[in-house]
Amino acid sequence: MSLRITLRTTGRVLNQIRHDPRTIALILLVPSLLLVLLRYIFDSQPAIFDRIGLMMLGIFPFISMFLVTSIAMLRERTTGTLERMLTTPLHKLDLLLGYGIAFAVLAALQATVATSVAYHLLDLDTEGSLGTVMGIAIGDAVLGSAVGLFTSAFATSEFQAVQFMPVVVAPQILLCGLIWPREEMIGWLQAASDVLPLTYAVDALLEVSAHTDATDQMWRDVAIVVGATVVALLLGAATLRRRSG
Amino acid sequence: MANAIQVDDLVVHRGGKPVLRGISCAVASGTVTGLLGPSGSGKTTLMRAIVGVQKVRSGQVTVLGLPAGSPRLRRRIGYLTQDPSIYADLTVRENARYFASLYGTGRRAADQAVVDVGLGDAAKQLVSTLSGGQHARASLACALLAEPDLLVLDEPTVGQDPVLRHDLWQQFHALAATGTTLLVSSHVMDEASRCDRLLLLRDGGLLADDTPDELRRKTDTNDLEESFLRLILALRDQPVEVA
Repeated sequence: MSLRITLRTTGRVLNQIRHDPRTIALILLVPSLLLVLLRYIFDSQPAIFDRIGLMMLGIFPFISMFLVTSIAMLRERTTGTLERMLTTPLHKLDLLLGYGIAFAVLAALQATVATSVAYHLLDLDTEGSLGTVMGIAIGDAVLGSAVGLFTSAFATSEFQAVQFMPVVVAPQILLCGLIWPREEMIGWLQAASDVLPLTYAVDALLEVSAHTDATDQMWRDVAIVVGATVVALLLGAATLRRRSG
Repeated sequence: MANAIQVDDLVVHRGGKPVLRGISCAVASGTVTGLLGPSGSGKTTLMRAIVGVQKVRSGQVTVLGLPAGSPRLRRRIGYLTQDPSIYADLTVRENARYFASLYGTGRRAADQAVVDVGLGDAAKQLVSTLSGGQHARASLACALLAEPDLLVLDEPTVGQDPVLRHDLWQQFHALAATGTTLLVSSHVMDEASRCDRLLLLRDGGLLADDTPDELRRKTDTNDLEESFLRLILALRDQPVEVA
């Protein structure tokens, strides 16, 4: 492990994205546009927008960073750059953390735009602070990156990689409490929901929604999201094999 | 002279088929050794085994006195893959500087390596906009700037114009003169004459391990292409014993 190599890898990943303005625009603007859409869907029920819109602030960064990271990592594998990297002094964790930090930076920008739009233009209302919501959104993005890094190991083409989105992400969105309260779900679905990390990401946001100050439950949720991120990164490192057949 | 690479009875299977059938050879330090043979003869697989990214079935590969793939070797080996493996969505210079940071060689070395492969004018160009030959050279620059003890170059001069190829070979020899060991694969026989020593591979077996002059003398021809052919024909009637 080397801090210098990790940070240079972060710089390299950000440089790659810098050369792709359309991707930057999509990452920064799409969540905000979808929030506008939601705001007017629930035009007659602002309280529902306060709940759904807030949850989406945590779900968007998870989805977009999952997709971007899994494709980026798949490209490293298919173009041979990964194999070449692994013959250099670069440590596997340098690579994974380098990616994680790069996408955390992007997620921070995305979350700044989306939360600003939600609070200032769309009148989203929460008891807790905007800063806390942004912090949780960034954590969700890094979780998405880590899960994306791991799942990319199971894809051999970009076709497969995008199909992992419905497999890995969609169930988490359906079960996290977005479309129906978790406590009203049938028992085994609640149990499934309990082991999916996005559930805690969304729950943390709902805590911010209901309480002015950070609650113990929110901290517990954040800790679980961080823990799941670390586990996904370690699993990801295990999939990076230096030798292949 | 000590050997930079020692290969003992190396057997590699890929996709269930034998690709290397028990190869033994050595590469002396500070030399330019050519690895020649037709496409599919096992050149790339042998190189992958030497840099430590190939799963091997049996046999041993020792590089700079350590087992191939040892973490300590990663700082001392530069590897150029056959398909240029650099980032297409970065500029040439950004690629070089990133690789330089991995080896800790610094920005100046990176910029110099880009100039050395004749891409000084294209340094700010995105790799995806380069021609095939330029792309390959950009990838080569990233291998050279490792300032390694051993450079493993898989077909570094494919598709390059003759003047550039000449320059690159001069650079390879200049590196060897400073003590760097180079293993260079090619399927172009006219490059063979530029090597200090040749390893000829065919069908996963080692056909010859000689200097170009010895090879010419033994096969009684001045043309290395012809030498290769005569070696194959000589062996056809008496099948090689392979693992």
